[in-house]
Amino acid sequence: MPGHFEPVPGGGAAIALDEVEISILRSLAVQLLELIGPGETPVEGEDPLAALFAEGPSEPPADPALARLFPDAYVDPAAGKPDDELQEASSEFRRFTENDLRTHKREDAMAVVRALDSLTVDGEGGAVLKLTAPDSVPWLRSLNDLRLTIGTRLEVTDEDEGAGLYRLPDSDPRKPMVMAYLWLGVLQETLVETLMP
Amino acid sequence: MDQVSVAPTEIERPESAEETFAVPEPDVPWVTLVHNDPVNLMSYVTYVFQAYFGYSKDKARKLMLDVHQKGRAVVSSGSREEMERDVQAMHGYGLWATLSQDRN
Repeated sequence: MPGHFEPVPGGGAAIALDEVEISILRSLAVQLLELIGPGETPVEGEDPLAALFAEGPSEPPADPALARLFPDAYVDPAAGKPDDELQEASSEFRRFTENDLRTHKREDAMAVVRALDSLTVDGEGGAVLKLTAPDSVPWLRSLNDLRLTIGTRLEVTDEDEGAGLYRLPDSDPRKPMVMAYLWLGVLQETLVETLMP
Repeated sequence: MDQVSVAPTEIERPESAEETFAVPEPDVPWVTLVHNDPVNLMSYVTYVFQAYFGYSKDKARKLMLDVHQKGRAVVSSGSREEMERDVQAMHGYGLWATLSQDRN
């Protein structure tokens, strides 16, 4: 049975992870960091304060996974094609918020990487990760970002529940990604349960 | 309550009722909508509504079910600035949120 979170008496969550699970989780979090981007680190010689006032992009990201992580704020998907005014409002919102949002998502993923790096693997090749309730929040958000990213890549839809995608033959190249997606779902579900008594 | 009108005064106002209706209302509230998504877990969406908005478990769960079953739900309302803040927070949690002016 793959690892899942359990509530710790008195608050928080714990999970026993083996070396392979630690390495998979870490690698996924690092890939998420790379996808979100390096951020606005000031170029050497430039005014470091300038980054603070730099405007973000005004167009949605071309990558569908990034577009899902950073959606248009004024474009209602059920309302059909947005008019110019709504499109302009979305662009402006994006210019002033997307960099911030990217920074927060990076911080969440970094918290995951740091927690995994702090583990000491015992003689049996495993470790127990313990999270306080506040520590669990960036984990929840990052697990969700990972699932959104992988879900977009796999083109998960509601109709897939219990259907095709989850019964792929071992030879299917998507199989490892589907397994990771399902495991991340178990992690997120069991972690959120520890926060909702 | 006395009403101060910025509309130009006209001697003849046969369409006054309609005019009143057409005056732009600065107080028309904005709403934050959360849209259904095939990836987000029902428990996580409920958690976010409780944690961010401070809603009770029952209210958070009802809103989550509305999102899931009707495709969307109004999760908050207020000024445009407040709704922009809520939408940004929802995006931070990975929920698919938009804001719009409530014309209902």
